[in-house]
Amino acid sequence: MNLYLDLFLTFARCGVCTFGGGYAMLPILQREVVNSRHWATDEELTDYYAIGQCTPGVIAVNTATFVGTRLCGPLGGIVATLGVVFPSIVIITVIAAFLKNFADLPVVIHAFAGIRACVCVLIWNAVVKLKKSSVMDAPTLVLFLLTFLLSALWGVSPAIIVLIAGVTGLVVTNLKKGSVTK
Amino acid sequence: MILIQLFFEFFRAGLFAVGGGLATIPFLTDIGQRTHWFTNGDLANMIAVSESTPGPMGVNMATYVGFQTAGIPGSVIATVGLITPSVIVVLIVAAVLQKFRNNPTVEAVFYGLRPASTGLIASAGWSVVCISLLVPDWRLEGASLLLNLDVKWKCVLLAAVVYFFTHWKKTKSLHPVAWIALSAVVGVALGL
Repeated sequence: MNLYLDLFLTFARCGVCTFGGGYAMLPILQREVVNSRHWATDEELTDYYAIGQCTPGVIAVNTATFVGTRLCGPLGGIVATLGVVFPSIVIITVIAAFLKNFADLPVVIHAFAGIRACVCVLIWNAVVKLKKSSVMDAPTLVLFLLTFLLSALWGVSPAIIVLIAGVTGLVVTNLKKGSVTK
Repeated sequence: MILIQLFFEFFRAGLFAVGGGLATIPFLTDIGQRTHWFTNGDLANMIAVSESTPGPMGVNMATYVGFQTAGIPGSVIATVGLITPSVIVVLIVAAVLQKFRNNPTVEAVFYGLRPASTGLIASAGWSVVCISLLVPDWRLEGASLLLNLDVKWKCVLLAAVVYFFTHWKKTKSLHPVAWIALSAVVGVALGL
């Protein structure tokens, strides 16, 4: 199959399967992009999410653009991005046009209570997988725990956390090198 | 004319909303107040719909606002406006990154970024737990902070079942969307 078409369809599928924002897309991406198609590694996905935190825009869109560009240049990035937003445009337009009180329908409320319970587990599983390639030693474990606490309990802005973490990575690596050469 | 205005309003939201879909909400509030395209009540509805439909939330909200304002062309234009800045920025970052991929400094930065990125994803997962499984309600009474934890046992049970089957040898290779679909069915059947 044409690679561009494959990109578009794969990311359209990721768009359809995502309930509740970019983070909920992660388990789907791991499945479609990492395991099935080998377009990126778990490690690269973590990188894209980190960059997505400090670049403007929706994280799902940023990740799609990244993977597409990596695979077949800027045009690939644009095609993957259009793929990820295409289902939203269709679904939302239909709902906005025909279902005035969609979010209040009991069937929707119950279905989403179920979906959210499931998404908790899927994100947890995704995090466990990502930890293997991102948390390897004491400094990275501290960074992981601190980030979680700062973000979950005190609501510190992700962009700030990412910037501090990048600087910390730089400092820790240089300290390590320093102690090796001594 | 309204289409051009829609494009630029959402272009701006896309350019300045750093950190995902929820970050676009303050920008949408601002757009509503200035343009009178929608009220805060409409916005609350839009957020509810965006959360209850597949797709990234920011994109869903842009599509919804665009449609309410100018029909189908509006929904397409608003969405394209929202994603244009991030596509441009990411294309630039990707090009730079490809060049410096093996640079030791870049490597060192990513050494710190990866665990933080994973931590942020864990925190996003935690926020889903807080609205779906355990619903904590902090109240200030006199000088003491009280915590009233509303545990949704049926949802916790469902999560435990999903956890078990996503780790069980025979079923762990199923596509994640299968679990999402099954959980939706269970949710409706049990009236969660």
